[in-house]
Formats: sequence, C-alpha cells, structure tokens
Amino acid sequence: MKELLEKLLEAVELGKVDKKSPYPPQLKDQDGAYELAKNALEQGCKPEEILENALIPAMENVGNRFSRREIYVPQMLMSAKAMSGAMIHLKPFFQSGATKRKGTFIIGTVTGDLHDIGKNLVAMMVEGGGWEVIDLGVDVGSDKFIKAIEEKPNAVIGLSALLTTTMENMKTIVGNIKAKYAGSKILVGGAPVTQEYCIKIGADFYAPDPQGAVNYLKQLARLQ
Amino acid sequence: MTILHSKTKEVIINTEGPVIIIGECINPTRRKKLVSTLQSGDFDYVLELAKNQIDALADILDVNVGFPGVDDVKLLRETVIQLQTHFDIPLCLDSPNPKAIEAALKVIEGKCLINSVNGEEKSMNTLLPIVKEYGAVVIGLTMDDDGITNDPFKRLAIAEKILNRAVKIGINEEDVIIDPLAMAVSADPQACLVTLETIRLVHEKLGLNITQGASNISFGLPDREMLNIAFMVLAIRNGLTCPIANPEKITAAVRAADLVLGRDDFAMRFIECSQNLKQPHFTHKQ
Repeated sequence: MKELLEKLLEAVELGKVDKKSPYPPQLKDQDGAYELAKNALEQGCKPEEILENALIPAMENVGNRFSRREIYVPQMLMSAKAMSGAMIHLKPFFQSGATKRKGTFIIGTVTGDLHDIGKNLVAMMVEGGGWEVIDLGVDVGSDKFIKAIEEKPNAVIGLSALLTTTMENMKTIVGNIKAKYAGSKILVGGAPVTQEYCIKIGADFYAPDPQGAVNYLKQLARLQ
Repeated sequence: MTILHSKTKEVIINTEGPVIIIGECINPTRRKKLVSTLQSGDFDYVLELAKNQIDALADILDVNVGFPGVDDVKLLRETVIQLQTHFDIPLCLDSPNPKAIEAALKVIEGKCLINSVNGEEKSMNTLLPIVKEYGAVVIGLTMDDDGITNDPFKRLAIAEKILNRAVKIGINEEDVIIDPLAMAVSADPQACLVTLETIRLVHEKLGLNITQGASNISFGLPDREMLNIAFMVLAIRNGLTCPIANPEKITAAVRAADLVLGRDDFAMRFIECSQNLKQPHFTHKQ
C-alpha cells in the first residue's frame, strides 16, 4: 500500500494524469493519478490516507518548487490536472460526508478584474491541500462573496487582484465582508498586492505565492 | 496612418510599419518607488524612467500613475506637465479613470494617445466623447460586456464595434488603434495564437494600427524576455505596429524585425540602433 501511495505522490508531482496521458514522457504507459487512486481505494486504502499521504504532500512539493522557481506555471497546471484525476474517486466520499476536508475556501478575482491564472493556481493548490474550494470566478463583487459566505459561514476567503487599479476594489470588498462577518479570515494576493497593503485594508493575510496561501490555511486549520 | 505629436515632434504610425515603440515603464506595477516619489511631489524618478526609455529609442511614452490611494486626477495631470517640460515626445495617457484622462488632456501639448476604451457600453459612452472633444487618438481593447473571448473573429467584431462607434461620433477612423489582448501562454498553449490571428484579421479587415502590451504573454515562465521577443516579432509580421513594451529590452528585436520585413532601406535604422544601444542582444562584434 505504501508503495502505491508513493507512486501516486510521484504521479501527481510530475503531472501524470492517467495511463494514456503522454506527459511526462518518462512515465509513458505507466499508471497515472487516476488509476493509482482507484487502485488504492480498491485495495482498502482510506480516502483520508490518500489525501494525507499522497495528494497533499505531492501538491506541497509542487507549491514549494514553484515558490523556489524550480518549476513554472504549466508544470503546476499539469500537477493540478493529475490531482483532479485522483480526486474524481474521492469526491463521492466528500459528498456523502464520509470524509471530512480541512475546511472551505471561497476565492474570486475582485470587481473589474478579469485575470484568473493566479486565482486558479491558488484554488488548485488549496484544493490539493485538502480543502473544499468554492471558486466564484472573476469580476466578483462584495454581494457575491457575501452570498457565498452565508452558505459557508466558516469559510476562509481569498481575494485576487492583478491590476493596481482593481486592487482598490479589494479594500471595499474586505470592508463589506468584515462589516457583516467580523470574524471572517480574508487572505489577499496578486502581482501589485503587498503585505503593507494587506494590513492597510484590514485583510488578515498576504500570500506572495500559492504555497503561501496553503501554508496560512494550514496554520488556521491547526488553530481550530 | 495615425499621426501623433508633442510640442514640436511628429510621430507617424503607419499600418505597414516601421514599428513605433510605446515605452511601458512609467507604470507603478512592480515599481513602488514610482508611487512613493510621485506622492511626495518628487518627479526625478519618473523623469529618469522617461529618459532611459527615450535613450532606448522609445517613440511614445505610456504614462500610468494609477495606484490605490493615489489621486490620479491630479497626479496624471502633474506628471504630464513635468514630462512635457523636460521632453519633446508624444504621450499615451493610461488610466481607467475618465476624469484623470480628461484632466490630463487639458494640459496636453499636441495630439496624444489614450489607453484605453473597450467594447463595454459604459466605457465607450464615457470615453469616446472625450477623445472626440480633445482630438486625441484612442486605443480600443477587444473585450466587452461579455468579458474576454478566445475567438479571433469575435475579437475582430468587438474591434469593429468600437471603430464604428468612434466614427459615428466624429472620430477619424485612423485615430482608433486596436489592442487585440494578449493572455499568458503558460495557462493556455493556444493563447498567443488567438492574439496573432486577431492581429492578422484586424490588420486585413479594418486596416487599423495595432498595439499590444507584450509582456503579459510570458507570465509564469522562465526566460520571459526571449518569449516576449518571439511573440512580438511574429505579431509584427501579422500587423502589430505600435507595441507597448520596455524599449530597453525590445528595441533591438523590433529593428531587426523591420529590417527582415524589408522596411529598413540599407539597414540604416538597424545599424544605427546597434551602434547606439547597449542592449544585451547586440554583441558589437563583427
């Protein structure tokens, strides 16, 4: 079993989605994340074990290597795709409530901003960190965030902005969310965003890269 | 053919080239120093950014001073005044705030570029009348109320919509320049092809000048400058005539592309650039 999970970890880290996927070339014709996760469950492995011992560490390695600039966006996307291949088999357990996730993360790119790559990367990495992710998409205003929080009051919120001009809308949204949900935790990120700006607008955390967001959520989960 | 001018200098952007370079560096994204110096009324840094770009053969300077907490109605205008006092080069006013654009237009000497309008009703309704009133040239971004499409024909249709709307209120056709949008190729391997195809279509069907922020496409990848150059050169072949980029990085490649495309008799501009610029791409060896 240990060997199978190690293989799954490797498949996700290298972005091997399923057996027929030609990428990466060195894993040609070998099982991908899709088959390995299926096998693991069939052999009696618990969904939690698959998450904790394969998917989460794999995505953490990916996040850290991305932070160190050893890998780039396309490679991260490949890994996320492989992770999704494994998740297909775990989803029923999440949906039935048999397997609990670490929490819920609601993310969106703020009003007026259509950039989605950074937001998508964070969403994928957080999902890979064992969280349920609700992705509200791009050009998301206060109302939409608040509506999503109403349904998931304990969720952590992530705001993304890529432009110096749309970054201002972060301030409004943080203000509106905090006015209604004072205890909510909001993390912010995106090219022009800084630690200083995060403090200024009353957000709780600034993540310079996707792994930063995952690490912050990890901390929160530990405190809860 | 689009004509811009500063106090005494005229810049002609011809749809068949040669390529005109709009310098992108006066922009606070990743240049925090720009915001802090401008806010304290210190214009030395923005003037230095301008000079470096002019030395690197920028033809036009993009001016963007938008940042949270900054009063860009006041600051864009003041920055324009400072730039015009020290340099004789056409400017491109870059702000999503029509009030900031209008305030700056009141002090502009010559005919400038406005960056940008897009196909959203609200954007066209607010900005185009200002463009008309002050006799400026406007950049039209190929996105609209439905967001960004990956279909080059739909992007062409948005370009056409902006053009028609501009012409309807009395703006000359040649005073509309199209920005076909460039997305990161790291997230979508087809992203650059969509842009290249849009450029070809806009060039062929509308015959307008085309600009392009070229640094976007390389997000999330190594060797970004090399990628930007590869994309830029291909885009130039398809009809890109006035990229917005960092002249210190791309002028050499742009001159090379013009030469290769038969737009540089006796290679005069290429050789002049090689002899005067110390860009990494030129080795100065025979």
